[in-house]
Amino acid sequence: MSTETGAATGSETSRIHNIGYRAYDGPRLGRAYARRSLYSQSLRGSFGLGRSTKSKVLPMLLLGVMCLVAAVIVALAIATPNTTQLPIKYTSFAIYLQAVIGLFIAAQAPQSVSRDLRFKSIPLYFSRPIERGDYVLAKFAAMVSALFVITAAPLVILYVGALLGKFDFADQTKWFAQGMVSVALLSVLFAGLGLVMAALTPRRGFGVAAVIAVLTITYGAVSTIQGIAWTTGSTGAVPWLGLFSPITLVDGVQTAFLGADSAFPGGEGPGAGAGVVYLIVVLALVAGSYAVLMRRYRRVGL
Amino acid sequence: MYDPTVARLTYRALLGRRRAAILFVLPALLIVIAVAVRMFAGADDQVASDVLGGFAIATMVPLIGVIAGTGAIGPEIDDGSIVYLLAKPVKRPRIIFTKLVVAIAVTMVFSAVPTLIAGLILNGNGQQIAVAYTIAALVASIAYSALFLLLGTVSRHAVVLGLVYALVWEALFGSLVPGARTLSVQQWSLALAEKVGGGGAITSDVGLPVATVLLVAVTVVATWYAGQKLRTLKLAGEE
Repeated sequence: MSTETGAATGSETSRIHNIGYRAYDGPRLGRAYARRSLYSQSLRGSFGLGRSTKSKVLPMLLLGVMCLVAAVIVALAIATPNTTQLPIKYTSFAIYLQAVIGLFIAAQAPQSVSRDLRFKSIPLYFSRPIERGDYVLAKFAAMVSALFVITAAPLVILYVGALLGKFDFADQTKWFAQGMVSVALLSVLFAGLGLVMAALTPRRGFGVAAVIAVLTITYGAVSTIQGIAWTTGSTGAVPWLGLFSPITLVDGVQTAFLGADSAFPGGEGPGAGAGVVYLIVVLALVAGSYAVLMRRYRRVGL
Repeated sequence: MYDPTVARLTYRALLGRRRAAILFVLPALLIVIAVAVRMFAGADDQVASDVLGGFAIATMVPLIGVIAGTGAIGPEIDDGSIVYLLAKPVKRPRIIFTKLVVAIAVTMVFSAVPTLIAGLILNGNGQQIAVAYTIAALVASIAYSALFLLLGTVSRHAVVLGLVYALVWEALFGSLVPGARTLSVQQWSLALAEKVGGGGAITSDVGLPVATVLLVAVTVVATWYAGQKLRTLKLAGEE
């Protein structure tokens, strides 16, 4: 754009009136810079940094709850004499506190994308040198990072506490690494699903409800049916039912590959064979949500 | 106290287009589960009670209550179009009352009716379980709608607050701290269901008289206070 006007200034004589506008000749930071800025702004925004005090309350509270629970567990483990390991596994932590994680993604995913849609600021983003893919990638990566922060921080507290308590270093490090892989997988999966639900509605309130519905309602339904299947003796069906809700998917993958104890009724987690199916479903969901987001932003607000 | 025009606008805001989808998905899921469980496990009173109590009353009713209760007024306050309604010569408590009636009606239709159908599918109303849970859903609809409508007038983050109440307080604290169950709409409505259902299939932690008093008190106070809030409503900018 600006280069054309720069070229037009060559014919000074044809100008009736020159009001002295100058073309911008400073450095152009380009697409990668814009993408990085969008990423860091979105990531900071998920924790309310750079926004009003009111919007810091909820994310910080949820992060605080996660860390506080981890700190209490560590304190109890160290205070109890003769303990050689933490009372819960690293991989179980996110499963126990899934309600907190669910609330975080439900509150922050619509905050991240719905407002851009509602206030029609999307065209402003695309007037910068970024493309659709950059926007989706930046928002996706920011949401994954935010979720990773809130799920990994308590694990780090547990790990540091375990090392301070002089628990076995090799064991703790291995389990900690498994826990980190599992929360990374959870972050990617939840961020994808949350953003898809949020991007479908410009209304923040409905976005929040839709995200919670996808995460919690499916979990409620799946665990209810699993409980019934287990009590009625169809234990073979329990692992397969877990395919139908995000948190049980993560549970299944980490039970099969990351040495976790399944939270399914009776601990009937999937074996390695079914675990592969779980992993495929998780990857398909992540790829699917990325594709849906790309499709969603192909023609929006323009 | 009931204003047909306000009611019509609220119905359209609640059931218009995509918003209604989530309202249809939840009941459909409940019925699908009921059919699956019936084929899986056959008719069993305890299983029926587990499904209706664990999924319908504990998860579905509060969620529909949040959507209908906050959705009846939240979006209007959010985008500022409430000023056109408030500028009309209609009393504020009257607006609240009308919106409450609409929210209750929507919540009842989308939660109590599927509960009844699911209950009939599960065990054909054995031991009055279907009817008992339907009554619980009806009563809970009233209290939830009033509560979440109030949240809608008080806060911009009404949906999140409502979900925190429904998920964290009722589900998480309710299962860990016994005292929290005394202050939960779910348990109050189950107290009524306990009275109707036979054979001890349904249990509540609250006595019937206490539950009734608390239900009525919460509904009336929430509605009154929402009316007061609307009289002094300040329209703030977006954060």
